[in-house]
This record gives sequence, structure tokens and C-alpha cells, in this order.
Amino acid sequence: MELSGAEILVRSLKDEGVEFLFGYPGGSVLHIYDALYRQDDVKHILVRHEQAATHAADGYARATGKPGVVLVTSGPGVTNAVTGIATAHMDSIPMVVITGQVPSAVIGSDAFQEVDAVGITRPCVKHNFLVKDVTKLAETIKKAFYVATTGRPGPVVIDVPKDMTDPTIKIPYHYPDKVTMRSYQPTIKGHSGQIKRAVDLLLTAKKPMIYSGGGVVLGNASEELRTFVRHLGYPITQTLMGLGSYPASDPQSLGMLGMHGTYEANMAMHDCDVLIAIGARFDDRVTGKIAEFCPDAKIIHIDIDPSSISKTITVDIPIVGEVSGVLQEMNHLLVTGKKEPKKKALAEWWKTINAWRATNCMNYDRSSEHIKPQRAIEIVHEITGGDAYITSDVGQHQMWAAQYYGFEKPNRWINSGGLGTMGFGLPAAMGVQLAYPEATVACVTGEGSIQMCIQELSTCLQYGLPIKIIALNNRYLGMVRQWQEFFYENRYSSSYMESLPDFVKLAESYGHVGIRIEDPKDLQAELERGFAMKDRLVFFDIVTDQTENVYPMIRAGKAHNEMHLSPYGGELPQDPQRELS
Amino acid sequence: MRHIISILIENEAGALSRVAGLFSARAYNIESLTVAPTEDPTLSRMTIVTEGTDRIVEQIIKQLNKLIDVVKLLDLSEGPHIEREMMLIKVKAATMAQREDVKRLSDIFRGNIIDVTPTTFTIELTGSGQKIDSFIEALAEHKIIETVRSGVSGIGRGEKSLQV
Repeated sequence: MELSGAEILVRSLKDEGVEFLFGYPGGSVLHIYDALYRQDDVKHILVRHEQAATHAADGYARATGKPGVVLVTSGPGVTNAVTGIATAHMDSIPMVVITGQVPSAVIGSDAFQEVDAVGITRPCVKHNFLVKDVTKLAETIKKAFYVATTGRPGPVVIDVPKDMTDPTIKIPYHYPDKVTMRSYQPTIKGHSGQIKRAVDLLLTAKKPMIYSGGGVVLGNASEELRTFVRHLGYPITQTLMGLGSYPASDPQSLGMLGMHGTYEANMAMHDCDVLIAIGARFDDRVTGKIAEFCPDAKIIHIDIDPSSISKTITVDIPIVGEVSGVLQEMNHLLVTGKKEPKKKALAEWWKTINAWRATNCMNYDRSSEHIKPQRAIEIVHEITGGDAYITSDVGQHQMWAAQYYGFEKPNRWINSGGLGTMGFGLPAAMGVQLAYPEATVACVTGEGSIQMCIQELSTCLQYGLPIKIIALNNRYLGMVRQWQEFFYENRYSSSYMESLPDFVKLAESYGHVGIRIEDPKDLQAELERGFAMKDRLVFFDIVTDQTENVYPMIRAGKAHNEMHLSPYGGELPQDPQRELS
Repeated sequence: MRHIISILIENEAGALSRVAGLFSARAYNIESLTVAPTEDPTLSRMTIVTEGTDRIVEQIIKQLNKLIDVVKLLDLSEGPHIEREMMLIKVKAATMAQREDVKRLSDIFRGNIIDVTPTTFTIELTGSGQKIDSFIEALAEHKIIETVRSGVSGIGRGEKSLQV
């Protein structure tokens, strides 16, 4: 079979099993778009901005575990995509981004819509390729998928000069079944000796703590994690990226940890004597002050990326390997071994933890005359039975969604954790909804974030995506306002949003349904009414309390036991280090 | 501590910028970097001299290993090794006294005078970085017109080697 470069590219995607290609056409990729037009296997989703193409592919990848695929043109197509590529890179999301490039002969001549795509994306990709020989195109695509999806996943860019897709040059097509690269051989299997040492240490713990992250979701290891946690009977806390990999409603779950983590999770981190970190990377939002991080703990760390080990926190027992395999081996040792967890010490530890829990740190003013954003999220949980796919943007609403939705399953919570990209939520929801047309997909956002990719309402109409947009509208860039309240003596510099659009009319003008909710008494009924419209996109403009803050909060650079707590929580068990704001 | 890291890297366009970019993006020190193809034209050999605490050097090595194009890597400072640097230095040598003294110093340091004009000598000198520094110091009383240093190349002693 002889094909042109453009046809090879499209055919390779098909042979790779690609369902959707999120993209936007332009001069350098027109040969590819022509090849796409002449086939039905790979469905192209036309977004309204290249950033949205990358976020949609990213959302698709996070929900399905399969790589998201993007096609953009050269120059501004690439630069617009960079934010989404960096977002995926920070959260280790498998993605393949094909960027058009000006013809090889004019590269470097400042040609129209030319940008050094390989250079610009280098710091925010796992790897990138420039195709210089059309006979290597299929192999390069195979390599890109291989690199993107193995080891610690990440985005891979393939820059394709226009002449590589020339329809007049036909060459034989062969898509390789697999590729090997001498320079890329990720460690998959954890070291058995280290695993045994880790299990021995875990069983000596009197105050153990399990801290799991996004690696469990990416590594598809939730089942193994549940078995592990339940067998040991130890408390578990999860990072923002790990939510859902262990059920939030389980009594052993202490909720999220870190800057906006629960009182019990952070206190338990501070006081524990053995910590096992599973697919988590000790991000600064999690650790707080490094010098006072888990001061009395021996630390075990499982991660597929050797460079994550002892990067910020020095660990005692590192295990490099895939989380699922390592946990399977640990579970086997626990079941077959003679030693048991220290029951008496563990009972004492749980007593301490339950006293922390009794502070009810996540309580809020439930009798307010304003709509409380936390309540809105709780109602969304009730309406969707806790089984919806929730995407979010970045800010206070993101934290409330993380804290109050209560994720029971992995791959349901889709947010930009590492890069913190506003504008992520709506396009990410499109990717999820395309992957799972029957599922309930909600985008929790704010009136600030939603305006960063609002043009995608048009894409949603074109493809009939019945996403539910929960805009918690407090007329402020809420998280910025909160920091200004706490740390800048209420000087609300540029955090107030004037001249907001009428979101209901805006949604309607894009052909969707808009519902504005202002009274707490209407909240439940209106959300139910909107969610009942299964085949329509509904934009809920929810007017929330302007003064509400996200609690608990650890200031940047403070330790886990130095939290700002909500004034609506219960009494603290002992010697309060409570800093009321 | 100073470390000499030896790298075998795919001889691909852009491979050098991946390494250089890593150092600048993560704010690592780079004292010198040399790179050239090996006997296998698909591979380049790179020698990087860097400085940092054990923790930072450990991260540098892990981050370098993570680059997809890096095939193999060795911290030469961990074992016995040889390091060499080459310098070309142009010195003013116009009077008989100057010419004699520069020639004498060059001989002492086992340099080779590789270019001669009525007013200058150009000397080629190979050795450790320290030896090269010493030679420059020894020439203090002379007018140095130009120096070109290659940066450090290194290799492990004995049987130990870095190969695919």
C-alpha cells in the first residue's frame, strides 16, 4: 500500500486505535486535513481555540486512561497549544500533539506562521520529534505513543513540516507493532528487596500513614490500593490528584491533605511514625514547610520516576516501579507473611485521629442567607449519586469540588493540579463527554475561570455535548481575594470582576440552557431541574457568598499542624494551635 | 562538590539543547560542557562539569537520565578517572627575551608551539584544568592575546568504561 505522508499520518492514528483527534486547521496542516476528510475512522473534533484542543484531549486521557491526541497548525497554533501541553506535562497525562510546521526548505527563514515548535515545547513535554524524513513518519508516531504512555506518562509533540505530508509523494506504508528505543527503557518492576524492607517497616509502625497520589490513578492501581489499605487498617490521605483512587466515604479515608486538606489528614501526617507515599511527588502544596514535614516519620516512597525520589523530601526506602505491581507484591507479602500490624498501637492512633476528626473541620455556615458554594457541590453529589465525572477550573471552586464532592472512583476527578490552569474545565469536560456520551459530566468553575475558554460553548453545541456547567459566581477571583484577605490586609487588588456578562443569555446565545440561581432555597430544585435535561448543556450561574473562604488552609511555607480553620468547625481536642482568621 | 558527568547521547539534532535546557530550566550550575560524535556515528559523547551538593548532583543525574535521548550516563567523579582539557593560547612574543621566556615556559609545561609570527607564539597545551590554570599564571608577565579552552573531557581509569 502506497500512501502520502498525510495519509500515513491519519492511517497511523487509526492503527494506533485513536478515536478522537482534537484540532484546528491551518496552512501547514491542510494536507493532513484533506486526508482526514477522506476517511471516517478517526473523528476530528473542531474546537474554537487550540488551548481547548489540548485540554479536551487531556480530559479524554484522564477519564479513559488512553492517550489524548491533538492536531494544530504551525506558529500560533503551536503557541496556543503550549498551555495545554504544559498542563498535561505537570500532571503526567499521556498525550500526542501533532503540530504542523512550515516546509523543511524554509525552516529558519522566519516564514509565515513559523515558530520553533520543538524549541518552544521542549521544557514542557516528555519528548518531542521533528520529522525530517517521510519514510520515518509512521515509526515516529509509534515512538511518540510509546513514550507518551509508558513509564511516567506525559505529552509528546511531533512537529511535521508541510512537505512531509505532500499528497503527490507516495511511499509504502507500514505501521510497526512495537518499537524499542535503546535510550528509553523505563523501570517497570519494583525491587523485591526494597519491597520486602518496606513491608517490614510498615508493620513496625505505631502511627502509620498512607499518602497516595495521582500515580495510583494513572497507574490504574486503585484495586490494589484498596486491598492494601484495608488489609493494614491504616489511615489514608490523598492528594488533589489522587482523589477517587480510594473511596472518600470509606472510614479509613481522612480526605485530602496539604494546603486545603482536612485537619485530621494534616495532623496525622505531622504526627505519624511511618509514612508510605504511593504515586505521589511531595508537591509543595502537599508538604508545606519542608523542614517540618512528617518530622518523626520513616518514609517509604513508591514512584515510577526515579527523579521523583528524594527530590524535595529525602526518603528512607525508595521503590522505583509501577505502583500496581509494587502494591500487588506488597499485598502478597502481607497476606502470606507471619507478622501483623501492631493492633494495640493502631487502636490508640485511630483514637487520636478520631478526636481530630471530631473537629468537623469541613463544616460551614449552613444557615446563611447566601448560597454557600460548598452546599452547591454537596447537592451536585446527591443528584449525581457521586458517580459523575467532575472537571474543574482553578481557584476556590476547584478546592470546594475536591473537598465536598466525595469521589468514590478513580478517573472521575479531572483538574489541573500541577500547573493550575484556568480555562481547563470546560474543554476537559468536552473530552470526557465525547469518551462517555452517556455519563453525567459536570464542570465546576467560577465566573473568572469559565471566561478563559468560554468560546468552547460553541464546540459543545456542534457536537451535542450535554455538559453541566456549575459556575460558582462570587464576582471575585475568589482564591486571589482570599489570599488578599489573609495576607494583604483586604487590599483586593484586581480581584473584583466588574462587567460580567449575563451568563444565562450568553449560554442561550450559544444554543444552550442557562439557569441563574440566587436564593439558597432554590438551589436544590434548580440544580435538579437542570441535571434532568440529559441532552442539553446547562449553564448554572450560581450566585454565591462573596466572602466565603476555603478552609482549612495552611499558609505557603507553614507546617502541617499550623492551619487556619473555619470558624464553623467544632472544638479542637487538645492544646489548640488554631489560628482563626 | 565538583562532578564530571559523562553521557552517551543519541546523535540527534536538538540533543545538545535538551541537556543545556535542562541545566538552565532547573537552575543547575554548568562549568563546562563538551560534545562530539563517537566511533559510532549514531552516538555523541558529552562531558559535563558541574558543581553542587550531593542532593543536587543526584537530581542532575536523575534528570539527565530521564531525557529520552540519553542512552547512558556515568558520574566519573565516583571512581578513579582521567580528565584532560586542551588550550590554545596566543601570547605576545616580539622581543628575543619574550620569545625565549615563552618558549622556556611552554617547554616546562610540555606545550607545543604550533604557530609563530614575528610578534606572537600560539601554544597548544593539554592537561588537567589545574595545569592549564597554572600555565596561564606562569605567563603572568607576558601579554596574553587570546585563550581558547576546550572544556574538560574525561574517561574512567582501567577496565571501567561507558559504552552501549
